[in-house]
Parts: sequence; structure tokens; C-alpha cells
Amino acid sequence: MNKELKIFGVVAFFTLLLYWGVEPFAHSQMHKHVEGHGFTYDGTADIAAATKETKEAKTAFWADVKKISALEGDAVAGEATFGMCMGCHMDGAANMGGVIPPSLDHAGALYDKNYLIALIKDPAMASNVDHKYPNGTMTHPMGSISAMVTNPQDIANVVAYLKAKKSAEPTAKEAFTEACSRCHAMRYAKTTQLGDTPAFKYEKDALAHKIKVIEEQDAVKAYMGKLPPDLSMIARARSHHFMETFVENPQAQLAGTSMPRVGLNEAGYEKVAEYLSDIGDPSKPARAIVGPWVIGFFVLFTILAYLWKSSLWRDLH
Amino acid sequence: MAHFDENAKPFSAKWLDERLALTTVSKVLAFEYWIPKNINFLWAMGMILAATFGILLVSGIFLLMYYQPGVDTAFDSVNYTIMTEVGYGWLWRHIHGVGASLVFLIIYIHMFTGIYYGSYKRGREMIWLSGMLLFVLFSAEAFSGYMLPWGQMSYWAGMVITNLFSGGSLEAYGLVEWIRGDYVPGQAFLTRFFMLHVFLLPLVIIGGIVFHFATLRLPHVNNQDGEDFDFEEAAELYKAGKVKESKVIPFQPVFLSKDVFVMGVYFILFFYLVFYNFDFAMDPVNFDPANGLSTPAHIYPEWYFLWSYEILRPFSKDLGLIAFGIAQVIFLALPFLDRSPNVAPANKRGLFHIWFWLMLIDVLVLTFMGKLPPTDATFAFIGLVAAVLFFVLWIALPFITKIEKKL
Repeated sequence: MNKELKIFGVVAFFTLLLYWGVEPFAHSQMHKHVEGHGFTYDGTADIAAATKETKEAKTAFWADVKKISALEGDAVAGEATFGMCMGCHMDGAANMGGVIPPSLDHAGALYDKNYLIALIKDPAMASNVDHKYPNGTMTHPMGSISAMVTNPQDIANVVAYLKAKKSAEPTAKEAFTEACSRCHAMRYAKTTQLGDTPAFKYEKDALAHKIKVIEEQDAVKAYMGKLPPDLSMIARARSHHFMETFVENPQAQLAGTSMPRVGLNEAGYEKVAEYLSDIGDPSKPARAIVGPWVIGFFVLFTILAYLWKSSLWRDLH
Repeated sequence: MAHFDENAKPFSAKWLDERLALTTVSKVLAFEYWIPKNINFLWAMGMILAATFGILLVSGIFLLMYYQPGVDTAFDSVNYTIMTEVGYGWLWRHIHGVGASLVFLIIYIHMFTGIYYGSYKRGREMIWLSGMLLFVLFSAEAFSGYMLPWGQMSYWAGMVITNLFSGGSLEAYGLVEWIRGDYVPGQAFLTRFFMLHVFLLPLVIIGGIVFHFATLRLPHVNNQDGEDFDFEEAAELYKAGKVKESKVIPFQPVFLSKDVFVMGVYFILFFYLVFYNFDFAMDPVNFDPANGLSTPAHIYPEWYFLWSYEILRPFSKDLGLIAFGIAQVIFLALPFLDRSPNVAPANKRGLFHIWFWLMLIDVLVLTFMGKLPPTDATFAFIGLVAAVLFFVLWIALPFITKIEKKL
């Protein structure tokens, strides 16, 4: 018996060593390590990674954001200014410069305050894709904002309005739709860049819709350089750590990517992650229910088997 | 012609026995199939492998009902249809994935047990050879199965492995295209690997398992001390009721009862992994659909092929390929390279004892290095040293076993 346990110890040791080597150790060496920063946005990472040419502009930009953030925003005044935003950010909006302007229905709940300020001030800088717009921010799809809302107090007011009036808690699906779905389809949830795919009675209508989707995807592709990936299985294709740090700052994980930083706060990210997990790993709840029963069965099986074995081997030695 | 009792009722025990020799068969295969008593739980690995193969077969049949072997449908049929729409499809898939990984863990434990106790020698050579044949067949089965989800790693592993058949400087790309049925892995490639995985290879594996069992029957199972004794004499003692004095036990039910207990422990681990830690058996990269225009940053095989992959990598193209080829078959030659007459556990065999642990650790180091990016100079160097050591050990084996003292 003692000898058996000793042998078992040796086998278990080498098995665990093997597991450690090909899983935790290999993964720690294979992937670039990126520190997260708690889904807050102050430009530290951007400035640290900036080139000599852009460092000064970025430092000044994030200093301004900090100043605006300190201002007392007036939500009532902000509502009037928000009217301008509604020109583009409305239901059923068409593609503008590459993407369909997102709904802002839960913007106050989903996005970080400083990020929203930065975005209104300079969308390319805020989303950390200014390398794509060397000739100034006006060419960004939201670039026209710099001709509409420029006054620091106005920016503070709009953000105060979003934080006060557009801050109802979104469902997981709404969070994904508002933050991600203008670029990323989710075919396992039957969702495209145009939203949920309706059920069509006639094939003609289904095909007509499909053409619209393709046209929209072509526009996104022209703007982004390639069609952003379908996210149906992303919950299993990337680690939690990668997803968190990538969404926080895409450039940190994938330098030069055209994916913009979307500025989700922690709660907003949790919602999006929940949706990705629901679609990409739908068996999670079932696993939690079935698992203990199966394991319990085999524990019982093993106890009975041990008793059977003992009864047969008792007289052998 | 044998004598048949005309009064025996059809399908009665006697009637069946006269026609099928059930009594003799059950004696030969179960009740009087004598197994040494002096064994430990490592002797249960054979039955654990048989059980795991059974689980893979059953879960595979369920998956086969929903899997679609088309380049446009394969990925979604696995990741959506089976995982979302089929009742408990996720359970079958995770069982199949974890089983495919664990079957190799147990194969390696089984192999190294055989090496440690010298169970490939003196009359047991065919057991070793048929076992290694099964290892090759399981490798082919695992590789072909890995193609089926048609993810990024399926596609690129398929690309890399089939490329090996170009033979380095021979540049036999015609052969590679013939194997793929196309210039790159595509529909023809997927369908033929599908056929291999669900039909031809399982069929051959079942034959291989039967053969492996058959090779075991006459030389009998080895024991913990490599002791050579008269099985018939021991069997007579057992049958006479002197079970304490006898060195053997019958396969059924005594040996089997221990197997079933070890199997129970194994299944607790198995299903713990199925429910709570299945990710190790399913590489995240393979959850990205196959894309011939985007090569993953690192291409590596599943963990059980890493050691031989690392023997391929550190050398130049042709040398690496030759080294890889030799590594695939060298274990087959073990009974003939080990020239010591001793059948004994490694700890009683002097230099061979050191050889055994060095080999085990070397294969582990190769496995670790095989997954790491080759761009890191330190890891690449460790990989090279381990690969060279692997061959040094095999070259040294005949010499160190030749000078081994007879026990």
C-alpha cells in the first residue's frame, strides 16, 4: 500500500509538472504581458507609447481632458447641446464615414467620464487611433464634432447630461450592441452590423437583407482596412486577461491596429464580457448543474469498487 | 467432427457450449487468465486505456451525428450546432476533447511503466511492438481529429505536418499535393481526414487493440520484480485453494476488481477536467475559424506531440526532418537496443536506471520547449541540447545495457 502511494506520488508529480510546463508556463512565455489599468482613462499609456512627434500633443491633450473633467457640468445645459449629437446618433442612422453612429441610450452607464470628455474633444486621440489620421481629426468619422462642440464648459455639460440621463443599466446584449456591434457581427446570435437579423418569410427579402449587410460590411471594411472579426467565439478564443487589456487599449496588445478604444468603464466591460460568454460559451450554467452529479457518481463508484476489490484481495496475502 | 448432444435444447447452456466453446473461451480469457499478484496500480493502465478508447468511441459517435465535414460548415457545426443546439452536445464534445488528451497521458504512463519494469524483453517483444503500433495509430487518429473543427490551428497544423512530406531538400511538393488533394488544405483535405478519423483509423485501432491483447496472452503480464516463474504451477496452487502461496490471480474477477477501482479514481479526474478544466485540451487559437490568409503567431501541436516537434525544430531543414523521422520510430527498437538479459525494474539495473530518468526528463524538457516560441535564444538552446541528448541516450543504450551485470 505504501509503495503504491509512493508510485502514485511520482506519477502525479510528473503529470502536474507536465501540465505546468505546457499550460501556465507556456502561456506566460507565449503572450506579451500587458498591465491593465482598471478601465480608467487618463492617457498615461498613450503618452508612454507615443513617438517623439506625438508626445507633446498627447501630453497637452490629456492635460486638457483633466482640466475639463474638473469643471462642474450642467446637465440641463448639456441636454441642449446634446441635441447636436442626436443629428447623427439616432435610431436607424445610416453609415457615416465608415460606421453607423452608435446609439447613446446607455452611454452614461457604459463609458468612462474622462473618456467621453476626451472623445468629444478629439475622437481620434481619445480612441487612440490618431496614427490613422495624420492630417488632423476632421477625417475621423466623428471628426465633425470639432466644429460643433469645442468649448470646455459645453463638453463638461454634455458629459454631465449623459451621466445623469443616459445612465440606465443596460442589458448585456444592449451593452454589446452599443459598444461593439457596429463593427463586429455575432453570427451565433444572428446579429450583424445592421443589428438583429429578422426572420423573413420570403427568400427574396432575406437576400435583399443580406445584400444590405454586405454593403454595410464593405463600408466598415473600407474604413477599418479589414472586416473586424465576428465575435461569436471570441470568449473562448482569447484569454480573459487579453480581452480586458485589449478592450481597454487595443494598441497595447496589437500595436497599429485600427480598432478604436471604446472607453468602456469596468461595469460596462463586465456587461459586454457577459454577453460574449453567453454566446461563445453557452454551456456554462449547464456545466455547473451537471458537474457535481457526475463527479458524485464516480466518487460513489470508486468507493464501491474499492470495497469490492478489498473483499477479493483480503485473503490473497 | 465433434460430438453434439441431440437432446440439448437450442440456446441452452450446453447447446451453446458445444457450438461456441464458451466454457473454454471464458477460462482462457477471464477465469483462468492468470495475472501475477505482485503488481501495482500501474498495471491497470491497459484497462484504463481500453475504457478511454470506449469513451472516445461513444462520444465520437454522438458527435458524428451532427458534425458536417465541409470547409464552410465544419467550424459552425462544432462550435454552434453541437455546443448550442444539440442537447448535451457540449458534454459529448468536452468528453471527446479531454479524452483525446488524457488517452495520450495514459499511453505515456503505460509506455514508461513498460520501460521501467523491462516489460518489453524476453518473450514480450511483440507486446511492445504492437503497443508502439497502437501509439502510431492513436497519433494519426489524434492528428486527423484535430483537423475536423477547421479552426486556425487545425488548418495551420495541417499545413505544417503535410509539408513535412515534401522531404526537405527533396522538395517533393507533388507528394504533398497528392496527400492534400489540393495545393493547400481545403475541402478534399478535410473530407479525407474526416474519413480517416471516423472510419479507417478507428477500424485499424480496434484491430490493433485486439492484437495487443493477443500478444499478451502467452508471455503473460510482467510483475513488479521482473520475476520469472512457472504460471502453470502457480495456477495449480491457486486452483487448489492455496491463494496465499500462489503467485497469480485470475483476471476475472480479482485483477479486474483492482482495475475497476483504479478506473474509478481515473474517472473522477477525467470528469473533473471535463466539467471544470477542459480548456487545456482545446487550444484557444482553434476557436478562430481557419483562415489561409492569416498565419497564427505561433503554430504548435497538441501537448502530446510537442517532444517530437521539438526534435524537428532546432536543426537545419534536412537534419531536422531526419531526426524527426528517427524519433518517431526509435521507441519501436527498444527491445533490440536493450542488450541486457535482465528483466528487472530499472532501479536494480545500474546505468539503465540513470538512463530511464534522463530519458523521462529529457522528453519532458523537449515537451516544454516545443510549445515556446523558437525566437527566444535561451529556450531554443535548451531545446537543441535536449534534442541532442535524446539521440545520445539512444546511441548509448546498447553499450550501457551490454555491460550491465547479470542479476
